[in-house]
Amino acid sequence: MRRIDLFLGFFKLGALAFGGTGPLTRAILVEDRRWLDDREFAALLGLCQALPGANTCNLAVMLGDRFCGASGAIVALAGLLAAPLAVLVAVATFFATFAHQPDIRAALFGATAAAAGLALGTAIKMTMKIRPGLRVAALALAAFLGVAVLRAPLALVLGLLAPASFVLAGRPE
Amino acid sequence: MKDNLLTDIFLRFAGLSLLAVGGATAALPEAQRQMVTQAHWMSAERFAETFAIAQISPGPNVIVFSLFGWRLAGLPGLVVATFGILAPASLLAFAVARAMRRAGDAPWLARLKRALTPLAIGLMAANGYVLARGADSGLFATLVTLASAAFVAWSPRSPLWAMAFSAAAAVVAGRLGFLPS
Repeated sequence: MRRIDLFLGFFKLGALAFGGTGPLTRAILVEDRRWLDDREFAALLGLCQALPGANTCNLAVMLGDRFCGASGAIVALAGLLAAPLAVLVAVATFFATFAHQPDIRAALFGATAAAAGLALGTAIKMTMKIRPGLRVAALALAAFLGVAVLRAPLALVLGLLAPASFVLAGRPE
Repeated sequence: MKDNLLTDIFLRFAGLSLLAVGGATAALPEAQRQMVTQAHWMSAERFAETFAIAQISPGPNVIVFSLFGWRLAGLPGLVVATFGILAPASLLAFAVARAMRRAGDAPWLARLKRALTPLAIGLMAANGYVLARGADSGLFATLVTLASAAFVAWSPRSPLWAMAFSAAAAVVAGRLGFLPS
């Protein structure tokens, strides 16, 4: 594969993925570009989800490297981020320019309240998808309380909870 | 002074990069704690607002960190922030993917994923909570937050509909004088 194809494939994903990359990633990589089959995609995504960082960015790095080596990883990542970063700066500049305009201020106020709900709704959705047992519920609650309520450093919360969670994940529910 | 800020942004975000369990959003409550509470780089309102603007844009959620950089230090800030939040996790992903190609399917990987899922859920909820508290505690904002959460959780439609509808509702509410000025 040529690097330009890699760039364009991930450029398309970045440019079209409104509201998060989620399901569009599979649609473009598996169906549109046919770079992977479903099994390979699931395995690679699983690896990305187990690693820290942005899942789709990790995926771009891994696929880019697989097809074109280290430079491919950089090209894929650049393709993925080029359009989003350009739009991001444009949108931010728009809101900064019209910050004094009451309607624009109100719209941003509403969007900000909605965006908080978006994060809460995503947490609910993730919970419903896996139908949590006691283990998941207790660990999720502990992470929430530590970070949101106690406002403890994330490194501390993860340092305590991640090993505990790993041990518990080996037992039957 | 400016170089110090850029270095500071890079180092903080590079640290956050490796703490982002299950996705970039997981590191946002910690980013809020560091940037709002510790460093006083921006207010809680501005933090929540920045998150909203990033949600309007397409692409991976991680670009919210680029926007923090942009708002703190312009274009150099954006570049430094983007490299900071991406570089450590990308290098790790790069190294692990190369190692795993030889190792094949590892049972510990499935276990690690199962172990991180509950933490990712807790951190996503924490993110919503921290953002909601920063956004506004008035009646209108609270109702909008709850309605959007319900929409995202139970509707198959794009979450952008919730943001667009909320923005429009806020414009109407503002015209009618229901919003805090």
